[in-house]
Amino acid sequence: MAGRPVLDKRLLALGLVLTLLCAAFLTLGARGDWGFVLAYRGTKLAALLLVGVAVAVATVLFQTVSGNRILTPSIMGFDALFVLLQTSLVFALGGVGAAALPAALRFCLEFGLLLGGALLLFGTLLGSGRTDLHRMVLTGIILGVLFRSLAGFLQRLIDPNDFVVVQASSFASFGAVDGDLLGLAAGLSTLALLGTWSLRHRLDVLALGRDHAISLGVDHRRSVLLVLVLVAALVSVSTALVGPVTFFGLLVSALAHLVMRTHRHASLLPAAALVAGIVLVGGQLVVERLLGLAATLSVVVEFLGGLAFLYLVLRRPVR
Amino acid sequence: MIQIDGVGHSIGGETILSDVTMSLPKGGVTALIGPNGAGKSTLLGLMARLQPLQTGRIRFDDLDVARTPTARLALKLAILRQEMPLGTRLTLRDLVAFGRFPHHRGRPGPQDRAKVEDALALFGLGDLAHRYTDEVSGGQRQRALVAMTFAQETDYLLLDEPLNNLDMAHARHLMRTLREVADRHGRTVVVVLHEVNYAAAHADRIVALKDGRLAFEGPPGEVLTAERLSALYGTSVTVRDVEGRPVALHYA
Repeated sequence: MAGRPVLDKRLLALGLVLTLLCAAFLTLGARGDWGFVLAYRGTKLAALLLVGVAVAVATVLFQTVSGNRILTPSIMGFDALFVLLQTSLVFALGGVGAAALPAALRFCLEFGLLLGGALLLFGTLLGSGRTDLHRMVLTGIILGVLFRSLAGFLQRLIDPNDFVVVQASSFASFGAVDGDLLGLAAGLSTLALLGTWSLRHRLDVLALGRDHAISLGVDHRRSVLLVLVLVAALVSVSTALVGPVTFFGLLVSALAHLVMRTHRHASLLPAAALVAGIVLVGGQLVVERLLGLAATLSVVVEFLGGLAFLYLVLRRPVR
Repeated sequence: MIQIDGVGHSIGGETILSDVTMSLPKGGVTALIGPNGAGKSTLLGLMARLQPLQTGRIRFDDLDVARTPTARLALKLAILRQEMPLGTRLTLRDLVAFGRFPHHRGRPGPQDRAKVEDALALFGLGDLAHRYTDEVSGGQRQRALVAMTFAQETDYLLLDEPLNNLDMAHARHLMRTLREVADRHGRTVVVVLHEVNYAAAHADRIVALKDGRLAFEGPPGEVLTAERLSALYGTSVTVRDVEGRPVALHYA
Protein backbone atom coordinates (compact mmCIF):
# COMPACT_ATOMS: atom_id res chain seq x y z
CA MET A 1 0.00 0.00 0.00
CA ALA A 2 3.05 2.22 -0.11
CA GLY A 3 2.80 4.69 -2.95
CA ARG A 4 -0.38 5.65 -4.69
CA PRO A 5 -1.77 3.37 -7.39
CA VAL A 6 -0.75 5.62 -10.24
CA LEU A 7 -1.38 4.72 -13.84
CA ASP A 8 1.21 2.05 -14.34
CA LYS A 9 3.47 1.93 -17.41
CA ARG A 10 2.52 -1.69 -17.92
CA LEU A 11 -1.17 -0.82 -17.93
CA LEU A 12 -0.50 1.92 -20.47
CA ALA A 13 1.41 -0.53 -22.67
CA LEU A 14 -1.41 -3.07 -22.47
CA GLY A 15 -3.91 -0.34 -23.32
CA LEU A 16 -1.86 0.75 -26.30
CA VAL A 17 -1.61 -2.80 -27.66
CA LEU A 18 -5.34 -3.26 -27.26
CA THR A 19 -6.10 0.03 -29.02
CA LEU A 20 -3.90 -0.93 -31.96
CA LEU A 21 -5.53 -4.34 -32.19
CA CYS A 22 -8.98 -2.77 -32.11
CA ALA A 23 -8.05 -0.36 -34.89
CA ALA A 24 -6.65 -3.24 -36.94
CA PHE A 25 -9.74 -5.31 -36.28
CA LEU A 26 -12.01 -2.54 -37.51
CA THR A 27 -10.08 -1.58 -40.61
CA LEU A 28 -7.88 -4.41 -41.85
CA GLY A 29 -8.94 -5.87 -45.19
CA ALA A 30 -12.12 -3.85 -45.31
CA ARG A 31 -13.73 -3.34 -48.70
CA GLY A 32 -16.88 -1.62 -49.79
CA ASP A 33 -19.15 0.61 -47.77
CA TRP A 34 -17.27 1.85 -44.68
CA GLY A 35 -20.47 2.64 -42.84
CA PHE A 36 -21.59 -0.96 -43.07
CA VAL A 37 -18.16 -2.42 -42.32
CA LEU A 38 -17.62 -0.31 -39.24
CA ALA A 39 -21.11 -0.92 -37.88
CA TYR A 40 -20.82 -4.68 -38.45
CA ARG A 41 -17.31 -5.02 -37.08
CA GLY A 42 -17.97 -2.49 -34.34
CA THR A 43 -20.76 -4.63 -32.92
CA LYS A 44 -18.53 -7.66 -33.01
CA LEU A 45 -15.66 -5.78 -31.40
CA ALA A 46 -17.87 -4.42 -28.65
CA ALA A 47 -19.09 -7.93 -27.89
CA LEU A 48 -15.57 -9.32 -27.77
CA LEU A 49 -14.39 -6.57 -25.44
CA LEU A 50 -17.45 -6.94 -23.23
CA VAL A 51 -16.96 -10.69 -22.91
CA GLY A 52 -13.25 -10.27 -22.26
CA VAL A 53 -13.75 -7.75 -19.49
CA ALA A 54 -16.60 -9.74 -17.94
CA VAL A 55 -14.70 -13.02 -17.85
CA ALA A 56 -11.47 -11.41 -16.64
CA VAL A 57 -13.04 -9.45 -13.81
CA ALA A 58 -15.30 -12.33 -12.76
CA THR A 59 -12.28 -14.63 -12.57
CA VAL A 60 -10.12 -12.25 -10.55
CA LEU A 61 -13.02 -11.58 -8.17
CA PHE A 62 -13.73 -15.25 -7.66
CA GLN A 63 -10.08 -16.11 -7.14
CA THR A 64 -9.76 -13.37 -4.55
CA VAL A 65 -12.66 -14.48 -2.38
CA SER A 66 -11.87 -18.18 -2.74
CA GLY A 67 -8.21 -17.52 -1.93
CA ASN A 68 -6.57 -19.37 -4.82
CA ARG A 69 -5.31 -18.82 -8.34
CA ILE A 70 -6.54 -22.03 -9.91
CA LEU A 71 -10.28 -22.04 -9.52
CA THR A 72 -12.40 -19.87 -11.74
CA PRO A 73 -16.15 -19.38 -11.96
CA SER A 74 -16.19 -21.55 -15.08
CA ILE A 75 -14.26 -24.39 -13.48
CA MET A 76 -16.65 -24.20 -10.52
CA GLY A 77 -19.58 -24.67 -12.93
CA PHE A 78 -21.04 -21.15 -13.08
CA ASP A 79 -21.51 -21.15 -16.83
CA ALA A 80 -22.57 -24.79 -16.87
CA LEU A 81 -25.32 -23.70 -14.48
CA PHE A 82 -26.23 -20.88 -16.86
CA VAL A 83 -26.51 -23.29 -19.79
CA LEU A 84 -28.62 -25.62 -17.65
CA LEU A 85 -30.94 -22.72 -16.83
CA GLN A 86 -31.20 -21.78 -20.50
CA THR A 87 -32.04 -25.37 -21.37
CA SER A 88 -34.59 -25.67 -18.57
CA LEU A 89 -36.26 -22.53 -19.78
CA VAL A 90 -36.64 -23.96 -23.28
CA PHE A 91 -37.77 -27.24 -21.75
CA ALA A 92 -40.41 -25.53 -19.66
CA LEU A 93 -41.68 -23.09 -22.26
CA GLY A 94 -40.95 -24.99 -25.47
CA GLY A 95 -38.69 -23.69 -28.21
CA VAL A 96 -41.37 -21.45 -29.64
CA GLY A 97 -42.33 -20.13 -26.23
CA ALA A 98 -38.74 -19.41 -25.30
CA ALA A 99 -38.04 -17.82 -28.66
CA ALA A 100 -41.20 -15.75 -28.31
CA LEU A 101 -39.94 -14.23 -25.07
CA PRO A 102 -38.14 -10.97 -25.72
CA ALA A 103 -34.39 -11.60 -25.61
CA ALA A 104 -33.99 -9.05 -22.84
CA LEU A 105 -36.64 -10.65 -20.64
CA ARG A 106 -35.17 -14.09 -21.20
CA PHE A 107 -31.73 -12.82 -20.28
CA CYS A 108 -33.02 -11.16 -17.12
CA LEU A 109 -34.82 -14.35 -16.14
CA GLU A 110 -31.69 -16.42 -16.69
CA PHE A 111 -29.55 -13.93 -14.80
CA GLY A 112 -31.96 -13.94 -11.86
CA LEU A 113 -31.95 -17.73 -11.70
CA LEU A 114 -28.17 -17.89 -11.95
CA LEU A 115 -27.85 -15.35 -9.16
CA GLY A 116 -30.09 -17.41 -6.90
CA GLY A 117 -28.32 -20.65 -7.74
CA ALA A 118 -24.85 -19.20 -7.31
CA LEU A 119 -25.61 -17.61 -3.95
CA LEU A 120 -27.19 -20.82 -2.72
CA LEU A 121 -24.35 -23.09 -3.83
CA PHE A 122 -21.24 -20.98 -3.45
CA GLY A 123 -22.42 -18.63 -0.73
CA THR A 124 -22.40 -21.44 1.81
CA LEU A 125 -19.17 -22.87 0.45
CA LEU A 126 -17.22 -19.61 0.65
CA GLY A 127 -18.88 -17.86 3.56
CA SER A 128 -18.47 -20.59 6.12
CA GLY A 129 -14.89 -19.76 6.98
CA ARG A 130 -12.44 -22.45 6.14
CA THR A 131 -12.02 -22.50 2.40
CA ASP A 132 -10.64 -25.95 1.92
CA LEU A 133 -9.23 -25.97 -1.58
CA HIS A 134 -9.68 -29.68 -2.17
CA ARG A 135 -13.29 -29.53 -1.11
CA MET A 136 -13.81 -26.56 -3.40
CA VAL A 137 -12.21 -28.22 -6.42
CA LEU A 138 -14.12 -31.44 -5.93
CA THR A 139 -17.40 -29.65 -5.35
CA GLY A 140 -16.82 -27.52 -8.43
CA ILE A 141 -16.01 -30.44 -10.65
CA ILE A 142 -18.95 -32.47 -9.41
CA LEU A 143 -21.35 -29.56 -9.76
CA GLY A 144 -20.04 -28.73 -13.22
CA VAL A 145 -20.48 -32.30 -14.41
CA LEU A 146 -23.90 -32.46 -12.78
CA PHE A 147 -25.10 -29.27 -14.48
CA ARG A 148 -23.72 -30.36 -17.85
CA SER A 149 -25.28 -33.81 -17.59
CA LEU A 150 -28.62 -32.41 -16.51
CA ALA A 151 -28.55 -29.96 -19.40
CA GLY A 152 -27.65 -32.83 -21.74
CA PHE A 153 -30.46 -34.93 -20.34
CA LEU A 154 -33.01 -32.15 -20.81
CA GLN A 155 -31.73 -31.56 -24.31
CA ARG A 156 -32.47 -35.20 -25.16
CA LEU A 157 -35.99 -34.90 -23.82
CA ILE A 158 -36.97 -31.83 -25.76
CA ASP A 159 -38.30 -31.57 -29.26
CA PRO A 160 -35.56 -31.54 -31.96
CA ASN A 161 -36.82 -28.16 -33.13
CA ASP A 162 -36.49 -26.77 -29.62
CA PHE A 163 -33.07 -28.35 -29.39
CA VAL A 164 -31.80 -26.06 -32.15
CA VAL A 165 -32.65 -23.07 -29.95
CA VAL A 166 -30.62 -24.55 -27.09
CA GLN A 167 -27.72 -25.88 -29.11
CA ALA A 168 -26.71 -22.49 -30.38
CA SER A 169 -26.20 -21.30 -26.82
CA SER A 170 -24.38 -24.28 -25.35
CA PHE A 171 -21.17 -24.02 -27.34
CA ALA A 172 -18.71 -21.17 -27.15
CA SER A 173 -18.66 -19.10 -30.27
CA PHE A 174 -16.81 -15.81 -30.50
CA GLY A 175 -17.70 -15.38 -34.16
CA ALA A 176 -21.46 -15.30 -33.93
CA VAL A 177 -22.37 -13.08 -31.02
CA ASP A 178 -25.92 -12.49 -29.99
CA GLY A 179 -26.28 -8.85 -31.03
CA ASP A 180 -29.72 -8.24 -29.52
CA LEU A 181 -28.42 -8.56 -26.01
CA LEU A 182 -25.45 -6.29 -26.43
CA GLY A 183 -27.07 -3.16 -24.98
CA LEU A 184 -28.51 -4.93 -21.96
CA ALA A 185 -25.31 -6.88 -21.37
CA ALA A 186 -23.28 -3.69 -21.57
CA GLY A 187 -25.57 -2.02 -19.03
CA LEU A 188 -25.40 -4.91 -16.59
CA SER A 189 -21.62 -5.22 -16.93
CA THR A 190 -21.15 -1.51 -16.39
CA LEU A 191 -23.06 -1.75 -13.13
CA ALA A 192 -21.09 -4.80 -12.06
CA LEU A 193 -17.79 -3.17 -12.99
CA LEU A 194 -18.62 0.01 -11.09
CA GLY A 195 -19.51 -2.13 -8.08
CA THR A 196 -16.23 -4.02 -8.41
CA TRP A 197 -14.22 -0.83 -8.67
CA SER A 198 -15.77 0.55 -5.50
CA LEU A 199 -14.72 -2.66 -3.73
CA ARG A 200 -11.11 -2.61 -4.97
CA HIS A 201 -9.49 -1.76 -1.63
CA ARG A 202 -11.66 -4.19 0.26
CA LEU A 203 -10.69 -6.89 -2.26
CA ASP A 204 -7.02 -6.36 -1.38
CA VAL A 205 -7.88 -7.14 2.24
CA LEU A 206 -10.16 -10.07 1.37
CA ALA A 207 -7.27 -11.63 -0.57
CA LEU A 208 -5.32 -11.98 2.68
CA GLY A 209 -7.80 -14.59 3.89
CA ARG A 210 -10.92 -14.63 6.05
CA ASP A 211 -9.42 -14.18 9.50
CA HIS A 212 -7.09 -11.38 8.48
CA ALA A 213 -9.95 -9.64 6.70
CA ILE A 214 -12.19 -9.77 9.77
CA SER A 215 -9.40 -8.58 12.03
CA LEU A 216 -8.94 -5.63 9.68
CA GLY A 217 -12.60 -4.77 9.96
CA VAL A 218 -14.01 -6.16 6.72
CA ASP A 219 -17.39 -7.85 7.01
CA HIS A 220 -16.27 -11.08 5.37
CA ARG A 221 -19.59 -12.81 4.86
CA ARG A 222 -21.34 -9.81 3.39
CA SER A 223 -18.39 -9.01 1.15
CA VAL A 224 -18.24 -12.57 -0.20
CA LEU A 225 -21.94 -12.55 -1.01
CA LEU A 226 -21.58 -9.18 -2.72
CA VAL A 227 -18.68 -10.47 -4.80
CA LEU A 228 -20.70 -13.55 -5.78
CA VAL A 229 -23.51 -11.31 -7.02
CA LEU A 230 -21.00 -9.42 -9.17
CA VAL A 231 -19.50 -12.68 -10.47
CA ALA A 232 -22.95 -14.02 -11.34
CA ALA A 233 -23.78 -10.83 -13.26
CA LEU A 234 -20.53 -10.94 -15.23
CA VAL A 235 -20.78 -14.67 -15.97
CA SER A 236 -24.37 -14.17 -17.17
CA VAL A 237 -23.16 -11.50 -19.57
CA SER A 238 -20.32 -13.54 -21.04
CA THR A 239 -22.23 -16.81 -21.23
CA ALA A 240 -25.28 -15.21 -22.80
CA LEU A 241 -23.13 -13.51 -25.43
CA VAL A 242 -20.73 -16.27 -26.46
CA GLY A 243 -21.53 -19.40 -24.46
CA PRO A 244 -19.42 -21.21 -21.87
CA VAL A 245 -15.62 -20.89 -21.96
CA THR A 246 -13.81 -22.93 -19.36
CA PHE A 247 -10.16 -21.91 -19.23
CA PHE A 248 -10.14 -18.44 -20.74
CA GLY A 249 -10.59 -16.66 -17.41
CA LEU A 250 -7.78 -18.67 -15.87
CA LEU A 251 -5.47 -17.74 -18.73
CA VAL A 252 -6.06 -14.00 -18.46
CA SER A 253 -5.91 -13.87 -14.68
CA ALA A 254 -2.64 -15.82 -14.68
CA LEU A 255 -1.23 -13.45 -17.31
CA ALA A 256 -2.41 -10.40 -15.38
CA HIS A 257 -0.69 -11.63 -12.21
CA LEU A 258 2.44 -12.38 -14.22
CA VAL A 259 2.54 -8.93 -15.81
CA MET A 260 1.59 -6.84 -12.78
CA ARG A 261 3.13 -8.79 -9.88
CA THR A 262 1.08 -6.89 -7.34
CA HIS A 263 -1.64 -7.64 -4.83
CA ARG A 264 -3.47 -4.41 -5.58
CA HIS A 265 -6.77 -4.92 -7.32
CA ALA A 266 -6.69 -1.34 -8.55
CA SER A 267 -3.96 -2.56 -10.93
CA LEU A 268 -4.85 -6.25 -11.25
CA LEU A 269 -8.44 -5.78 -12.40
CA PRO A 270 -7.69 -3.38 -15.28
CA ALA A 271 -4.70 -5.50 -16.29
CA ALA A 272 -6.80 -8.66 -16.46
CA ALA A 273 -9.48 -6.85 -18.47
CA LEU A 274 -6.91 -5.46 -20.93
CA VAL A 275 -5.17 -8.82 -21.34
CA ALA A 276 -8.53 -10.47 -21.99
CA GLY A 277 -9.33 -7.88 -24.65
CA ILE A 278 -5.94 -8.39 -26.27
CA VAL A 279 -6.31 -12.18 -26.36
CA LEU A 280 -9.84 -12.10 -27.77
CA VAL A 281 -9.51 -9.26 -30.27
CA GLY A 282 -6.02 -10.34 -31.34
CA GLY A 283 -7.11 -13.96 -31.58
CA GLN A 284 -10.22 -13.15 -33.59
CA LEU A 285 -8.15 -10.92 -35.87
CA VAL A 286 -5.73 -13.76 -36.57
CA VAL A 287 -8.53 -16.28 -37.08
CA GLU A 288 -10.51 -14.06 -39.44
CA ARG A 289 -7.79 -12.27 -41.40
CA LEU A 290 -4.85 -14.68 -41.41
CA LEU A 291 -6.38 -18.11 -41.13
CA GLY A 292 -9.47 -17.28 -43.12
CA LEU A 293 -11.78 -18.74 -40.45
CA ALA A 294 -10.03 -22.11 -40.77
CA ALA A 295 -9.67 -22.33 -36.97
CA THR A 296 -12.02 -21.51 -34.15
CA LEU A 297 -10.94 -18.96 -31.60
CA SER A 298 -12.65 -20.74 -28.73
CA VAL A 299 -10.62 -23.89 -29.37
CA VAL A 300 -7.32 -22.00 -29.43
CA VAL A 301 -8.15 -19.99 -26.32
CA GLU A 302 -9.28 -23.07 -24.44
CA PHE A 303 -6.14 -24.92 -25.46
CA LEU A 304 -3.87 -22.13 -24.19
CA GLY A 305 -5.98 -21.75 -21.06
CA GLY A 306 -5.80 -25.48 -20.43
CA LEU A 307 -2.01 -25.34 -20.68
CA ALA A 308 -1.95 -22.44 -18.22
CA PHE A 309 -4.14 -24.48 -15.85
CA LEU A 310 -1.78 -27.45 -16.01
CA TYR A 311 1.21 -25.18 -15.48
CA LEU A 312 -0.37 -23.59 -12.40
CA VAL A 313 -1.31 -26.95 -10.94
CA LEU A 314 2.07 -28.56 -11.52
CA ARG A 315 4.29 -25.57 -10.76
CA ARG A 316 4.09 -25.60 -6.96
CA PRO A 317 1.91 -26.70 -4.10
CA VAL A 318 -1.62 -25.48 -4.73
CA ARG A 319 -2.14 -22.10 -3.11
CA MET B 1 -11.14 -3.92 30.39
CA ILE B 2 -12.17 -7.13 28.68
CA GLN B 3 -15.30 -8.52 30.28
CA ILE B 4 -16.21 -12.13 29.48
CA ASP B 5 -19.55 -13.31 30.84
CA GLY B 6 -20.79 -16.88 30.79
CA VAL B 7 -19.26 -17.73 27.43
CA GLY B 8 -19.91 -21.26 26.23
CA HIS B 9 -19.16 -22.88 22.90
CA SER B 10 -19.76 -26.26 21.39
CA ILE B 11 -18.93 -27.70 17.99
CA GLY B 12 -20.89 -30.67 16.71
CA GLY B 13 -22.31 -31.47 20.15
CA GLU B 14 -18.90 -31.41 21.77
CA THR B 15 -18.37 -28.78 24.43
CA ILE B 16 -15.28 -26.65 23.89
CA LEU B 17 -15.95 -23.92 26.42
CA SER B 18 -18.44 -23.93 29.24
CA ASP B 19 -19.50 -20.89 31.20
CA VAL B 20 -16.23 -18.97 31.15
CA THR B 21 -16.48 -15.75 33.13
CA MET B 22 -13.56 -13.44 33.78
CA SER B 23 -12.39 -9.92 33.40
CA LEU B 24 -8.99 -8.88 32.13
CA PRO B 25 -7.78 -5.45 33.20
CA LYS B 26 -6.65 -2.90 30.68
CA GLY B 27 -2.90 -2.68 30.13
CA GLY B 28 -0.10 -5.16 30.55
CA VAL B 29 0.51 -8.59 29.12
CA THR B 30 -1.90 -11.42 29.94
CA ALA B 31 -0.82 -14.95 29.11
CA LEU B 32 -3.46 -17.56 28.36
CA ILE B 33 -2.10 -21.01 29.19
CA GLY B 34 -3.47 -24.53 29.37
CA PRO B 35 -3.11 -27.96 27.80
CA ASN B 36 -3.97 -28.72 24.17
CA GLY B 37 -7.70 -28.67 23.60
CA ALA B 38 -8.42 -26.51 26.65
CA GLY B 39 -10.27 -24.00 24.49
CA LYS B 40 -7.70 -21.20 24.48
CA SER B 41 -7.78 -20.62 20.74
CA THR B 42 -11.55 -20.88 20.63
CA LEU B 43 -11.88 -18.29 23.37
CA LEU B 44 -9.54 -15.95 21.54
CA GLY B 45 -11.41 -16.51 18.27
CA LEU B 46 -14.72 -15.70 19.98
CA MET B 47 -13.25 -12.58 21.56
CA ALA B 48 -12.15 -11.42 18.11
CA ARG B 49 -15.52 -12.27 16.47
CA LEU B 50 -13.89 -14.79 14.13
CA GLN B 51 -16.60 -17.19 15.20
CA PRO B 52 -20.10 -16.12 16.21
CA LEU B 53 -20.78 -16.21 19.93
CA GLN B 54 -23.16 -19.02 20.91
CA THR B 55 -23.85 -18.13 24.51
CA GLY B 56 -22.65 -15.43 26.83
CA ARG B 57 -21.29 -11.98 26.24
CA ILE B 58 -17.89 -10.42 25.57
CA ARG B 59 -17.19 -6.72 25.93
CA PHE B 60 -14.10 -4.64 25.24
CA ASP B 61 -14.57 -1.56 27.40
CA ASP B 62 -18.02 -0.41 26.30
CA LEU B 63 -18.15 -2.37 23.01
CA ASP B 64 -20.18 -5.56 22.87
CA VAL B 65 -18.45 -7.88 20.39
CA ALA B 66 -21.70 -9.38 19.12
CA ARG B 67 -23.39 -6.03 18.50
CA THR B 68 -20.61 -3.72 17.31
CA PRO B 69 -19.95 -3.41 13.57
CA THR B 70 -16.81 -5.22 12.47
CA ALA B 71 -15.19 -2.05 11.13
CA ARG B 72 -15.60 -0.34 14.52
CA LEU B 73 -14.16 -3.34 16.37
CA ALA B 74 -11.13 -3.29 14.09
CA LEU B 75 -10.19 0.02 15.71
CA LYS B 76 -10.48 -1.55 19.17
CA LEU B 77 -8.86 -4.95 18.84
CA ALA B 78 -6.61 -6.85 16.47
CA ILE B 79 -6.09 -10.59 16.36
CA LEU B 80 -3.39 -12.82 15.00
CA ARG B 81 -4.22 -16.48 14.97
CA GLN B 82 -1.95 -19.42 14.61
CA GLU B 83 -2.20 -20.86 11.14
CA MET B 84 -3.52 -17.76 9.47
CA PRO B 85 -1.97 -18.32 6.07
CA LEU B 86 -1.64 -15.34 3.79
CA GLY B 87 -3.60 -15.48 0.57
CA THR B 88 -1.28 -13.11 -1.25
CA ARG B 89 2.40 -12.67 -1.88
CA LEU B 90 3.46 -9.35 -0.39
CA THR B 91 6.51 -7.46 0.72
CA LEU B 92 6.78 -7.20 4.48
CA ARG B 93 6.16 -3.45 4.23
CA ASP B 94 2.94 -3.99 2.25
CA LEU B 95 1.88 -6.61 4.78
CA VAL B 96 2.44 -4.34 7.76
CA ALA B 97 0.71 -1.53 5.85
CA PHE B 98 -2.50 -3.58 5.82
CA GLY B 99 -2.68 -2.93 9.55
CA ARG B 100 -3.60 0.67 8.72
CA PHE B 101 -6.59 -0.37 6.61
CA PRO B 102 -9.20 0.07 9.39
CA HIS B 103 -8.09 3.70 9.70
CA HIS B 104 -7.90 4.77 6.08
CA ARG B 105 -10.15 2.23 4.29
CA GLY B 106 -7.89 2.09 1.25
CA ARG B 107 -6.53 5.62 1.07
CA PRO B 108 -3.36 5.77 3.18
CA GLY B 109 -2.10 9.21 4.16
CA PRO B 110 1.38 10.31 5.19
CA GLN B 111 0.79 9.54 8.86
CA ASP B 112 -0.32 5.99 7.95
CA ARG B 113 2.98 5.47 6.15
CA ALA B 114 4.90 6.90 9.09
CA LYS B 115 3.17 4.49 11.45
CA VAL B 116 4.01 1.55 9.20
CA GLU B 117 7.68 2.56 9.34
CA ASP B 118 7.44 2.85 13.14
CA ALA B 119 6.01 -0.65 13.38
CA LEU B 120 8.68 -2.05 11.07
CA ALA B 121 11.38 -0.42 13.17
CA LEU B 122 9.91 -1.58 16.49
CA PHE B 123 9.83 -5.18 15.32
CA GLY B 124 13.32 -4.99 13.83
CA LEU B 125 12.17 -5.41 10.25
CA GLY B 126 13.61 -2.23 8.75
CA ASP B 127 16.19 -4.02 6.61
CA LEU B 128 13.76 -6.71 5.47
CA ALA B 129 10.84 -4.47 4.57
CA HIS B 130 11.30 -4.86 0.82
CA ARG B 131 11.54 -8.67 0.97
CA TYR B 132 8.58 -10.85 0.09
CA THR B 133 6.76 -12.93 2.71
CA ASP B 134 7.93 -16.15 1.07
CA GLU B 135 11.54 -15.00 0.97
CA VAL B 136 12.05 -14.56 4.73
CA SER B 137 12.27 -17.07 7.57
CA GLY B 138 9.23 -18.22 9.51
CA GLY B 139 10.32 -16.16 12.51
CA GLN B 140 10.64 -13.00 10.45
CA ARG B 141 7.27 -13.57 8.80
CA GLN B 142 5.69 -14.09 12.19
CA ARG B 143 7.24 -10.86 13.43
CA ALA B 144 5.85 -9.03 10.41
CA LEU B 145 2.38 -10.40 11.12
CA VAL B 146 2.56 -9.21 14.73
CA ALA B 147 3.88 -5.87 13.46
CA MET B 148 0.79 -5.63 11.25
CA THR B 149 -1.52 -6.06 14.25
CA PHE B 150 0.58 -3.48 16.11
CA ALA B 151 0.27 -1.01 13.22
CA GLN B 152 -3.49 -1.35 13.56
CA GLU B 153 -3.13 0.77 16.73
CA THR B 154 -5.85 -0.95 18.65
CA ASP B 155 -6.15 -0.86 22.43
CA TYR B 156 -6.15 -4.65 22.51
CA LEU B 157 -3.88 -7.15 20.78
CA LEU B 158 -4.93 -10.79 20.78
CA LEU B 159 -2.19 -13.21 19.73
CA ASP B 160 -2.68 -16.94 19.44
CA GLU B 161 0.59 -18.79 19.98
CA PRO B 162 2.83 -16.27 18.26
CA LEU B 163 5.90 -18.21 19.45
CA ASN B 164 4.98 -21.34 17.49
CA ASN B 165 7.97 -22.60 15.51
CA LEU B 166 10.20 -19.78 16.67
CA ASP B 167 13.69 -20.50 17.93
CA MET B 168 15.00 -19.14 21.25
CA ALA B 169 16.32 -15.89 19.85
CA HIS B 170 13.19 -15.08 17.85
CA ALA B 171 10.86 -16.07 20.66
CA ARG B 172 12.69 -13.96 23.21
CA HIS B 173 12.87 -10.99 20.84
CA LEU B 174 9.15 -11.21 20.14
CA MET B 175 8.20 -11.48 23.84
CA ARG B 176 10.41 -8.51 24.69
CA THR B 177 8.83 -6.50 21.93
CA LEU B 178 5.37 -7.40 23.21
CA ARG B 179 6.47 -6.24 26.65
CA GLU B 180 7.50 -2.96 25.10
CA VAL B 181 4.22 -2.71 23.22
CA ALA B 182 2.41 -2.95 26.56
CA ASP B 183 4.75 -0.75 28.62
CA ARG B 184 5.72 2.00 26.22
CA HIS B 185 2.71 2.10 23.94
CA GLY B 186 0.05 1.34 26.51
CA ARG B 187 -1.58 -1.51 24.63
CA THR B 188 -3.23 -4.49 26.26
CA VAL B 189 -1.70 -7.74 25.02
CA VAL B 190 -3.47 -11.08 25.44
CA VAL B 191 -1.26 -13.89 24.25
CA VAL B 192 -1.76 -17.65 24.17
CA LEU B 193 1.48 -19.35 25.17
CA HIS B 194 2.47 -22.98 25.17
CA GLU B 195 5.69 -22.56 27.06
CA VAL B 196 4.90 -21.62 30.65
CA ASN B 197 8.34 -20.15 31.26
CA TYR B 198 7.80 -17.41 28.69
CA ALA B 199 4.60 -16.57 30.51
CA ALA B 200 6.47 -16.53 33.83
CA ALA B 201 9.17 -14.27 32.45
CA HIS B 202 7.12 -11.75 30.49
CA ALA B 203 3.47 -11.74 31.56
CA ASP B 204 1.85 -9.64 34.28
CA ARG B 205 -1.01 -12.00 34.60
CA ILE B 206 -1.72 -15.66 33.94
CA VAL B 207 -5.09 -17.07 32.95
CA ALA B 208 -5.22 -20.87 32.83
CA LEU B 209 -7.91 -22.83 31.04
CA LYS B 210 -8.58 -26.52 31.32
CA ASP B 211 -11.36 -28.54 29.66
CA GLY B 212 -13.10 -25.38 28.56
CA ARG B 213 -13.23 -23.90 32.05
CA LEU B 214 -11.25 -21.32 33.90
CA ALA B 215 -8.72 -23.21 36.07
CA PHE B 216 -6.96 -20.32 37.82
CA GLU B 217 -5.77 -16.79 37.26
CA GLY B 218 -3.38 -14.34 38.89
CA PRO B 219 0.16 -12.96 38.79
CA PRO B 220 2.78 -15.53 37.69
CA GLY B 221 4.66 -15.40 41.00
CA GLU B 222 1.52 -16.50 42.85
CA VAL B 223 -0.20 -18.96 40.57
CA LEU B 224 2.66 -20.78 38.85
CA THR B 225 3.21 -23.41 41.50
CA ALA B 226 4.18 -27.04 41.09
CA GLU B 227 0.77 -28.36 42.23
CA ARG B 228 -1.22 -26.05 40.01
CA LEU B 229 0.85 -26.66 36.90
CA SER B 230 0.94 -30.42 37.49
CA ALA B 231 -2.82 -30.50 37.80
CA LEU B 232 -3.32 -28.17 34.83
CA TYR B 233 -1.21 -30.15 32.38
CA GLY B 234 -1.81 -33.57 33.91
CA THR B 235 1.88 -34.32 34.26
CA SER B 236 4.30 -33.76 37.07
CA VAL B 237 6.01 -30.39 36.92
CA THR B 238 8.70 -29.10 39.27
CA VAL B 239 8.86 -25.36 39.87
CA ARG B 240 12.06 -23.66 41.07
CA ASP B 241 12.63 -20.10 42.01
CA VAL B 242 15.37 -18.62 39.83
CA GLU B 243 16.26 -14.97 40.40
CA GLY B 244 12.86 -14.28 41.89
CA ARG B 245 10.89 -15.86 39.03
CA PRO B 246 9.18 -19.23 38.98
CA VAL B 247 10.75 -21.55 36.42
CA ALA B 248 8.95 -24.75 35.48
CA LEU B 249 11.10 -27.82 34.92
CA HIS B 250 9.20 -30.23 32.78
CA TYR B 251 11.75 -31.51 30.34
CA ALA B 252 12.83 -34.71 32.04
